[in-house]
Amino acid sequence: MAHSNEKIVYDVRDLNLWYGQDQALKNINIQIGKNEVTAIIGPSGCGKSTFIKTLNRMIENIPSVRTTGEILYHGTNIFDKTMRIEELRTRVGMVFQKPNPFPKSIYENVLYGPKIHGIKDKHILQEALETSLKSAALWDEVKDRLHDNAYSLSGGQQQRLCIARALAVQPDVILMDEPTSALDPIATAKIEELIDSLKADYTINIVTHSMQQAGRISDKTAFFLMGELVEFGATEGIFSNPRDKRTEDYITGRFG
Amino acid sequence: MTINYKNIERRVRINGIAKVIFSMSTIFALVVLGMLLYRIIAGSIGWLDFKFLTGKLSIFPEKAGIFGAIVGSLGLMLIVIPVTLVLGVSTAIYLEEYSKKGKLQNFIKINIANLASVPSVIFGLLGLSFFSRIMQFGSSMVAGGLTLSLLVLPIVVVSSQEALKAVPGFLREASFAMGASKWTTIWKVVIPVAIPGILTGAILSISRAIGETAPLVVLGIPALIMKVPTSLMDNFTALPIQIYYWTLDTVLTPEYANLAAATIIVLLVVLFLMNSVAILIRNKSQKGF
Repeated sequence: MAHSNEKIVYDVRDLNLWYGQDQALKNINIQIGKNEVTAIIGPSGCGKSTFIKTLNRMIENIPSVRTTGEILYHGTNIFDKTMRIEELRTRVGMVFQKPNPFPKSIYENVLYGPKIHGIKDKHILQEALETSLKSAALWDEVKDRLHDNAYSLSGGQQQRLCIARALAVQPDVILMDEPTSALDPIATAKIEELIDSLKADYTINIVTHSMQQAGRISDKTAFFLMGELVEFGATEGIFSNPRDKRTEDYITGRFG
Repeated sequence: MTINYKNIERRVRINGIAKVIFSMSTIFALVVLGMLLYRIIAGSIGWLDFKFLTGKLSIFPEKAGIFGAIVGSLGLMLIVIPVTLVLGVSTAIYLEEYSKKGKLQNFIKINIANLASVPSVIFGLLGLSFFSRIMQFGSSMVAGGLTLSLLVLPIVVVSSQEALKAVPGFLREASFAMGASKWTTIWKVVIPVAIPGILTGAILSISRAIGETAPLVVLGIPALIMKVPTSLMDNFTALPIQIYYWTLDTVLTPEYANLAAATIIVLLVVLFLMNSVAILIRNKSQKGF
């Protein structure tokens, strides 16, 4: 880890991924910087979800998956035998497309992570609860009903609860797989605001279908097409002056 | 395309006929059940009282009680419940959560499902040769309880598997993404969600075990035991056995039919209570994801 550039969180080198015979990612090379919001855009089936799920190795829950290449996380290859998948996923949190709280109380949801990692001290737990819910901009809405079931919350609140739950283990990176696609515009706006406030402390990778969203919230944008990383750079540059014809076609709405 | 409006009349008529057929089937089942209940209740009137429940067995019908059989059936439950729950749920967890999906896993699953439909006499024979003879448990409650456990184990495995399968994948995903290990995820997320389903299946199969007669007959469990068992290694008798032998001996002593009827009522009440508990658990824990 000592040799790694501190500004680079992820250094992906020649990443290839197959589902059985089908290649879903082709020779991906990308560097993801600390405290940056990186948006991953592209049409359905382009591999953007696959890519983000590779970063915390969630993709390996699908049995037929095979990868080559390496992903250096702070200088350590995440595919190394010495890398514990549990440790990686504790450092790299994830928020999913559909809000997926546990059928437990709000309190239990947020503290699930700290508890499974062995924290028992009531004061520390209480503090983690409050900080996480405040960071996820949910505290004021739920502070009087912490012991209600998480499913009594609205969809947008559930998604912010899932973000709070991910924050509670103090990750370094947060991966978001289309976190607003199941939400209405108001709930979406709240999550976008939240992402903006979170980037001071976290590195965020977000897959999104919406190019407007990518434009609003991200520092850098990666455009994927048919498993290839077509273009990657500062969001402004990609949207105002794309280098690749395919990127231009996509962002101007000619396909996708 | 033209819609034939005459056809609508016809379809409405067919629907009417279908309704009649289906309600008749239901009524038929209800009538048969009603007849059975009527005969049993009529037969047991005057016989089913406190003395009958707490009395010891006797060859004189007026004096006979089923306390020993009740204790025997409770003893069987005492063995069947922990054995089937621990073994059954563990097997289901292994098959659903740990084992690699593939031909071998499929083969095991199919075989367990097949075992669930093997006649209970066969399990009785297995129990006789293994538990009674090789392990030398004789005709004790341990032998009977283990045999009945084997009988319902496949059912518990299959129903627990279904309960585990019904736990949405996104909950497992959420837990894994927090850095939880597989076991933590199973223990903290999957089992709490699946437990109502697991319990419902388990209670239903245990109530089946309590009503089973054939395996116990094969094991040579007698009906005529005067002594109330005090340990699990004692010889014993159980409710269904008592019913079976009293019914057989009706030819000799007609009053035994009344005793059998009264015992059936007791067994039915026990089964009814257990099934109600199962339904209660299921209704109380319906979750809306």
